Amino acid sequence: MTLLSPQLAGDEPRSPIFDLISQAVRNPSVMIGGSIVAAIVIMALAAPLLGTVDPVRIDPGMRLKLPSDLAWFGTDLFGRDVYSRVVYGARSSLIVGLTVAVTAITFGVLIGLVAGYFRSMDIVVMRVMDGLMAIPTFLLAIALVSLTRASVGTVIVALTIPEIPRVVRLVRSVVLTVREEPYVEAAISIGTPTPLILVRHIMPSTIAPLLVLGSYICASAILVEAALSFLGTGLPPEIPSWGNMISEGRTFFQVAPRLVFLPSLFLALTVLGINLLGDGLRDTLDPRIAKRM
Amino acid sequence: MLAFVAKRTLAVIPVMVVVSVVVFLLLRLSPGDPALVIAGDNADAEALQRIRTALGLDQPLATQFIIWMGNTLSGDLGTSIFTNLPVTELILQRVEPTLSLALTTMLFAISVAVPLGTVAGATAGSWLDRTLMAVSVVGFSVPAFVLGYCMIYLFSLKFGWLPVQGFTSISEGVLPFLRSIALPTVTLGLAYMVLIARITRASVLEMMGEDFIRTARAKGVAERLVITHHALRNAAIPILTVIGIGVALLISGVVVIETVFNIPGIGRLVVDAILKRDYPVIQGVILLFSAVYVLINLAIDIGYALLDPRVRY
Repeated sequence: MTLLSPQLAGDEPRSPIFDLISQAVRNPSVMIGGSIVAAIVIMALAAPLLGTVDPVRIDPGMRLKLPSDLAWFGTDLFGRDVYSRVVYGARSSLIVGLTVAVTAITFGVLIGLVAGYFRSMDIVVMRVMDGLMAIPTFLLAIALVSLTRASVGTVIVALTIPEIPRVVRLVRSVVLTVREEPYVEAAISIGTPTPLILVRHIMPSTIAPLLVLGSYICASAILVEAALSFLGTGLPPEIPSWGNMISEGRTFFQVAPRLVFLPSLFLALTVLGINLLGDGLRDTLDPRIAKRM
Repeated sequence: MLAFVAKRTLAVIPVMVVVSVVVFLLLRLSPGDPALVIAGDNADAEALQRIRTALGLDQPLATQFIIWMGNTLSGDLGTSIFTNLPVTELILQRVEPTLSLALTTMLFAISVAVPLGTVAGATAGSWLDRTLMAVSVVGFSVPAFVLGYCMIYLFSLKFGWLPVQGFTSISEGVLPFLRSIALPTVTLGLAYMVLIARITRASVLEMMGEDFIRTARAKGVAERLVITHHALRNAAIPILTVIGIGVALLISGVVVIETVFNIPGIGRLVVDAILKRDYPVIQGVILLFSAVYVLINLAIDIGYALLDPRVRY
């Protein structure tokens, strides 16, 4: 106790999570990135309230109109309102990004815990992961998508599979260090069942790095989804998504560049926000994570 | 040294086996009948049967794999369903634009990123360092195809300096070649450059705190030499690693950039194959790109051992 300063010793013990949050909020990357992400999320949730019209309504009399009071961002090739499509497009991107991140982490954690803890599984699992990682992410995703008809589900599966090995590698590396810690040895020696050791004693150490990796996966999934849609192999064309809008707009790029630039701007801003948030979290949560990635 | 090279080379085999199995299974494990996937919904029974026989889909899975693997190892990647030409021939026809683009991009990205990253790392906290880091986050976030359109808009449509799209072979003159490849190179190279610059900065910065840097300074070595000879040299391994890993970024980028700039390369080939469901072509290109990626990283690993004796042990 002599090491503690008098004021500190008198304070209520604060939870470490509270400390982390207050530290994270003071980080400029977290602040800027978080604000951008929050704005985009609110835009996606409140889409119907933001002066939008039906984003898929076709109006042949209003084709390729310039921005005006009626249509803030103008209209596209089919007379659809570009502003409404951009706002609703945020929903597609966020749904894809979040679902891919959550699914990839779920499977990655399961496989990584097993590979890291049970030595017998390690070699086989890691060779398979090495092999999967040798196939460039984007190619694997387009190959998977092209097998089946375009749908939100297929795109999510196709984007998730190439991300799983990254999660597995990270979780495994954490498990390998943590499993030698005295408190894990202690748990083993008092006969704690293995699943409980994995969940209660080992998994908590993976949360901080996974939060950071998760934000990067989310950003990369949004980018890859847009690239897939851009190539015509992503989300079905009737869904308003930024990638689809850019893809449709590129035929008329020389006439109406805004059809490409407006959705691009929101796409880049969203990814920028998530990346900044991830960078900030990485710096506040644990500087050592940076090296593992 | 030889033992290290042999060990590292042998480690490529399991990786490539897994890659082949995945590529092979992609089509076979897809929901529904692969022949139907390839032929589309409107195919008649005769066409389906023809595809099944052509791909050997009427054989057991293990037999199919062994036949396919044997063919692949002997350099036969199958026949395109759409054009009826051998896949290897189709790929060879398209190698030049893709290889030119990849090489100019690597050259451009490395020659810009390493000096910038080194200066930023050596002067961490300076305005140059901060600007570079800020630009690098943006560089990661702007999708390559968006950047490509911005470039076309600015340099081709507004200023009219460069051709809008297309590819001119180097055999038709160096200047037309450079003009046609300049925008795709910068577009494709940005993310790669940012990645290399960030790692260069981080590893140079880490080296700057080491004892041997203080020793070098203490004995009066000029600061410029301390940075290039002592810090950068010792930071070389992570930089080389990321140059190798970043090749995956280039491969993914090539597919998109060749579409944006209408370059008739392997990336365009695979996108067309995917839109037409020409499966042997897709498999062939994925195998080729993965093999290139694995081999480049093998070469880099062996490169370390030459550079740095510590790695060999």
